[in-house]
This record gives sequence, C-alpha cells and structure tokens, in this order.
Amino acid sequence: MSRNPATSGAPAYDIDAIRADFPILSRTMHDKPLAFLDSAASAQKPRQVIDAVRDVYEREYANVHRGLYQISEAVTARYEGTRETIRQFINAAHTHEIIFTRNGTESINLVAYGFGRHFLDEGDEVIITELEHHANIVPWQMLRDEKGIVLKVAPVSDDGELIMSAFEELLGPKTKLVAVAHMSNVLGTVLPVEEITRKAHAVGAKVLLDGCQSVTHIPVDVQALGCDFYVFSGHKLYGPSGIGVLYGREEVLNAMPPFMGGGDMISSVTFEKTTWAKLPHKFEAGTPAIAQAIGLGAAIDYVNGIGLDAIATHEADLLNYATQKLASIDGLRIIGTAPNKASVVSFMLDFAHPHDVATIIDRAGVAVRAGHHCAQPLMDRMDVPATVRASIGLYNDRSDIDALVAALGDVQELFG
Amino acid sequence: MSDELRELYQEVILEHGKNPRNFHASDAATKEARGNNPLCGDQLVVYLTLDDGGNVADASFLGKGCAISMASASMMTEILKGRSPNEAKSLFDTFHEMCTGEGEGIDLPEDVEKLRVLSGVREFPTRVKCATLPWHTMVAALNDEEEISTE
Repeated sequence: MSRNPATSGAPAYDIDAIRADFPILSRTMHDKPLAFLDSAASAQKPRQVIDAVRDVYEREYANVHRGLYQISEAVTARYEGTRETIRQFINAAHTHEIIFTRNGTESINLVAYGFGRHFLDEGDEVIITELEHHANIVPWQMLRDEKGIVLKVAPVSDDGELIMSAFEELLGPKTKLVAVAHMSNVLGTVLPVEEITRKAHAVGAKVLLDGCQSVTHIPVDVQALGCDFYVFSGHKLYGPSGIGVLYGREEVLNAMPPFMGGGDMISSVTFEKTTWAKLPHKFEAGTPAIAQAIGLGAAIDYVNGIGLDAIATHEADLLNYATQKLASIDGLRIIGTAPNKASVVSFMLDFAHPHDVATIIDRAGVAVRAGHHCAQPLMDRMDVPATVRASIGLYNDRSDIDALVAALGDVQELFG
Repeated sequence: MSDELRELYQEVILEHGKNPRNFHASDAATKEARGNNPLCGDQLVVYLTLDDGGNVADASFLGKGCAISMASASMMTEILKGRSPNEAKSLFDTFHEMCTGEGEGIDLPEDVEKLRVLSGVREFPTRVKCATLPWHTMVAALNDEEEISTE
C-alpha cells in the first residue's frame, strides 16, 4: 500500500493529491464545497487510515495478547507495531514508554492519578499556564481538592505568549510538576517547552507536555525536550477517535502504580495478591482500542510520508495568508498574536457574536469552531466571551481561507 | 445567502440583539437565577421582581451571548411584566414548543405574537438553546433555583 502521496506527484507539496486522499473533502455542506477549518477540534481521516481500520475488521480482527491462533497473533503484531511507529514518531527511548489511552484527556488523568495521587502531598505545587485546555486544568483541580496540593497558574501576555519571568518566579522547591500545553488550541501559540522543561527540572519538578495540538504541526523529540510525560490524541493526528497516547519516561512510569485494574495489566492474580504486568501493559487494563490504534499507526505513516517539515511549511504559509486576509476585514480582531504560533487563528468581529458567525458561515460550507474552546480561563484572561477559531490541517489550501473570508462578508451583510 | 438565514436573523432580532431592553441588574429583584450554556459559554442572569399579588412587576437581565439569546432575553423581559408565575411558565412551554418545531404553526396569544420572529431557530437545532436559555433561566428563578444549565 502506498503511504506516500507527496512523492506520487510533483516534488513540491502536492496539495491536490493530498486532498484526494481525504474522501470527506469531496462532499458538500449546504450544497457548498466543504471548507473544513476545524482540524484543531478533530481532523479528517485519509483513505489510508480508513482502509487500515476496515482491513482489521474485514481480515484480521481478534483480541490482542491472548489468542493462540494466527489471526490473533497477526493483529497483536500490528497493534504492538503501532507502538513502535509512535516511539519513532516522537523519538522515545523505548517502545514500552508508549502507553495507549482513549485520548489526551485520559492520558493527563492517568498522570494525575498515577503520579499525582501517589507522589504529591499537601502543599506540593503543580504549575500550569493560563492557556491550558480544560483537560489540563480540571484533573489538577481534582487533585488539589483531594490532596491539598497547590495549583499555580503562569500568566500569558496580551499577545498570548507565556511570560517566562513570571513562570520562573512560580518555580520553587515545592514545585513537583509543571504541566503545560506545547501549543495553545485557542491562540496557536507554540510554547518554549524545552526551556520550560529545563527550568522545571532545575528545581526538581517533573514535566508533562500536552501535545494534542502540536504533534500534528511540529516534529517532536521527547528525548531532546527532556520531558517526563508527553500526551496526545489520535483523532487530531488524522487517526481514529478513541485512541490516545501517553509517553512517560521509563523510570517514572515504573515508579507509578497502575491506573485501572483488570485484565491485561496483571502478571498473576490470586484472591490474596496480584502482581502487575510490566510496562506498557501495567497501564492498559482491559481490551484496548485495537483497530483504532492500528488506524493511528496508519495515520502516522501517512504524515511521515508527506513529512512533518513539509506539512509545517505548507501550514505556516496558509496561516500567514489567512492572517493577512482576516486582518484586512474591518471590525475583525485576531486573538493571539504571538510571534511563534502555528495553524490556528482565533478572532472576534465587533459587530457579531462568534456563534452567529459560525451559524452564518456554516451555510456557506465553512466549518469552524465558535465558543470557549474548552479554555474558559483563557477566554477570561483575553477578556473575550468566545472566539471564532479557524484551524488549519495538512489538507487545507487557499480556497478554504477564501471561502471563510467570503462567508464573513455574509455576516457583514446581515450584522454590519 | 440562504432564506433560512434571513428568516433566523430578522431585523427585529438584530435590533433587539444590538439594543437589548431591560438590560441591567436589579437590586429590588425578589427572584434571580443564573443560566449557563456550557456548550458555548453563554451566561446570563435573569432578575424578577414580584409584587404583593405575586405577579411580575419588573423583569431584567444581564449577560453575554449571541444575537439570538440576547434578543430572546430582551423580548422575554418585555413580555413578562404583569404576568403571574403560572402564566409565565405556560408561556415558556408554548415558546419552547415553537422553537423546537413540535409546535409548528402554533397559535401564539396575540399579545406575545411578536415572539414568532424567533421561530426561525427551528431550522438550526444547535441554536435552539440560545433562544430558550433566558426562558429556562426565568423558570429557574420562579422556582427558586439559583442556577441552571442547558446541558
């Protein structure tokens, strides 16, 4: 199976070939060509991923890790092979440092439970930032309420950049964990996570990076970053929903107790005593999302086939185009103007509420997200009730941006 | 632009959205409740002042939201004055039916006929809650609930 669309056409970024890989992009919405600008919420799937999932169910489905027959062994090999694909994708040192979860949220909760509950005590401090997704806020609040830890929030500037000096002031001997987004899902800001990790480690804190937004745009090397945990979801990476990843450093994962108990995560069970399985299975109780994991492997193969550097270049060009086009609209204000940002542009119109905007441009075939983007504290910080967010995936092109800009003309016609 | 959109965003709605009536807090309010739409983050507070006879003497609201929710809240506060809590709740039922399409072609009492401009939300299922949030909040206030959520 060819997983390399970029080499099948012109040497440059072959956007037409790439778009042809995504069946949904050929459909219409309200009889208009679909301009899908909501990949930061969940990305569309290429045929290669859809085929991989279908192939599992049609040809090679059985439970993993148990069967003593050919199909089960084959699907187990594919499932475990995906773990190795992911290891290479983020350059982890060991395949068993890759834990499958349902999504990024579950990955963070696993750390809050297995690391936070076990190793943090009253008065210990966890630092997050103002631009976190609720998934990287609420688990720590729950831990605070249960254990009496202190949750500290590093501020961002009006542009949406982390204020590094303020972050450093929060660091101290009581800091046990720094949990920050690699990239903001609302503002697009890319955080200096290597520097954050270095400074956190200097005070003895562990570091969790929420990579849900970044892995689709930025090559990640967890060893170079030095982080202790890196989490992301499959569905934003052009893979199926229902599969997520927690990377954890071997030493840290080994010290953590299991998250959930059940089958697959044990070594032996008697009514008196149970011993845990080794990594990674210690954290994977029950039958996993088998086809979804294999689909995620196909998605990573697909992304690798194009190349994350080429994707990043294409998306940066498109973000630049979108930013210029949008900024020229009277009454439009872009929220999030950090110099280092990727693939997301949030904005407000001074004459129409984001929900009205989303409803109106939906009828023109343009799919965006409007609302608080699961980041209400950031909305408060930026002093906006909600924003419209257009987010760019590897399959978008200028026609999508042009459709957005034209549709905003309809909003102006009604509200302006 | 589609007819459904023009139907949804009628002039009256846009005008109420821009210049909502009774848009203020009330120290004299005897009932108040906060309404949240967690899907979109819309929030508003409805203030009701009941007179000695138990009827609504004054109604106002504060909040932030889209044109639909602002217009709906604005028109609601205009219509509530002078009504008994039971009348207000029964009006909510009628309004809700109209918005969800169950009451297509529903007869509105003449003095609340103007609410019909909001019936365009029927064609926009994700926006029905924008129109009904102020009404849910008003009923919560009458029932002495402090806070409601549309989810």
